[in-house]
Amino acid sequence: MTLLSTPHENTAILHKAVQGRSLWEDARRRLFRNKAAVTSMFVLGFMTFMAIFGPLFWPHDYETIYNDRVMIAPTLEHLHIFGTDPQGRDLFVRLLFGLRMSLSVGLVATGVSLLIGVIWGATAGYIGGQVDQIMMRIVDVLYALPFIFFVIILMVVFGRNLILIFVAIGAVEWLTMARIVRGQTISLRKREFVEAAEAAGVRRSSIVLRHIVPNVLGPVVVYVTLTIPAVILTESFLSFLGLGVQEPMTSLGNLISIGAREMEIAPWLLIFPAVTMMITLFCFNFIGDGLRDAIDPRDR
Amino acid sequence: MLAYTMRRLLVAIPTMLVIITVAFFMMRFAPGSPFDSERALSPEIREQLNRFYGFDKPIFQQFVDYLVGLGHLQLGPSLIYKDQSVSEIIASGFPVSLSIGLCALVLATCVGVPMGLFAALKQNSAPDYSIMALAMVGICVPSLVVGPILSLVFGVYLGWLPTAGLNLGKMTFETLLLPVVTLSLAQIAIISRLVRSSTVEILRSNFVRTARAKGLSEFQVLSKHALRAALLPLVSYLGPACAALITGSVVVETVFQLPGIGKNFVTSALQRDYPVVMAVVILYAGLIIFLNLMADLAYGLLDPKVKYE
Repeated sequence: MTLLSTPHENTAILHKAVQGRSLWEDARRRLFRNKAAVTSMFVLGFMTFMAIFGPLFWPHDYETIYNDRVMIAPTLEHLHIFGTDPQGRDLFVRLLFGLRMSLSVGLVATGVSLLIGVIWGATAGYIGGQVDQIMMRIVDVLYALPFIFFVIILMVVFGRNLILIFVAIGAVEWLTMARIVRGQTISLRKREFVEAAEAAGVRRSSIVLRHIVPNVLGPVVVYVTLTIPAVILTESFLSFLGLGVQEPMTSLGNLISIGAREMEIAPWLLIFPAVTMMITLFCFNFIGDGLRDAIDPRDR
Repeated sequence: MLAYTMRRLLVAIPTMLVIITVAFFMMRFAPGSPFDSERALSPEIREQLNRFYGFDKPIFQQFVDYLVGLGHLQLGPSLIYKDQSVSEIIASGFPVSLSIGLCALVLATCVGVPMGLFAALKQNSAPDYSIMALAMVGICVPSLVVGPILSLVFGVYLGWLPTAGLNLGKMTFETLLLPVVTLSLAQIAIISRLVRSSTVEILRSNFVRTARAKGLSEFQVLSKHALRAALLPLVSYLGPACAALITGSVVVETVFQLPGIGKNFVTSALQRDYPVVMAVVILYAGLIIFLNLMADLAYGLLDPKVKYE
């Protein structure tokens, strides 16, 4: 049943001979017609590539301090194409590391939120009744928390631990995911294929994992692409407040906060990180919007 | 309606209790103490301080004491600013944060709603695309970038507005303008997108077609029928919006060096000023719960399909 295929299986479907166009195939076509989304994918792919492999080929290291070249403007001399920071470190390579950090925070924290949110929402929606009531009531309660304060307390309490940043932000972002998945699940629960699986005696956990989860993927994929930029923003808030990633490691938020402090004498310290961050956020948002229009084209 | 409100308020009590408990124990199990300073205190003095503030009692006893204190509306003394009580700190910081947040919310609604409506009415035209592109910029340009740039341009280069702080502790239009604008940009963007998509959907619905079919003018169709339904999602968004503004105000207060509550919170947490941290968490949790309830009630009043029993 091609309807149930995940995005990864799409490429496989493409190569098969004559076949009806599945929902995902349709969505893929619509997505690739969206110029903004396609451009964003290329830009984002390039930036990810640079973030991962760029530092390997760059002559400078992210923690090497050049005492004789502190805060110099972008210059081709010594290949400081984005200048150096107040400690005399090469900004370009630090930017690559910052981008790498922000992207991985975005991906991992979104992964955490995805895992919790999908399982929570699918379970609540599928079991229904009292369990659903209780589970969603918990979500409501958590919604009321001033989360940023708890994340701040967490960072302060446990020190600026990288894994903790991932988990803390992920644990904040799963609520909306759970709500979306639950809504979808409730509408799926009464569908024939779920009833058939029930009649065939499939265990409840397998029904949730095999039949419910793959079918709620559409809205979830859209929400994931919109969660990643939100997570990157949250991380940069924390870094900006001095609670995020620790020196000499860096993230985009961290670089921006240094740049904001020095902007009057060294504007490049703010401009380059800020532009990088904006491009990243633009890309994710364009892709997310493109996916939404592709999967659920009601709005156009 | 009344029963619904009562039930929501009843649910709010355990919620607040959970929040207080979690915040209390998280803060207490944090390494470090409010009495850590550059100069090491002698053990005797530290012991006396601990006894004075009741930190020598078992942790659970302290928790009960704190709850009892809360019941009497006592938030306790600040551990860092020895001459100020927590209530005084909140009372000096909260008005600043509140006015920034409220102004930003009003500004975001007043700008975002017309923008969204206009875009929806001109759907798929050049104005629509440019407004939505602007909104995308608003979403993608974080306040920690906008803030510094605005203060650089208007404060330093043009010299029109102060870059930071409050003039002698007084809030004036000039000092609040940049923070409010910074804070509201993202919300303007989100609100205009929200209003646009809901209006587009409403304009396609049957009751709007009916209204047009019976010959109402376009203005009447919009003002009497479409607008009310199209703005409903906005009402339910206002709750989360307030939470987002509270979060954002922490950054804006840091950028513009405003003596608001968010900035207070970060410094207090870093210095382990337990009572201040607790008070801020309780205040904001209460505020968010209250605002969400208000949003839900307003939604019920405006949407005839929703009945709270």
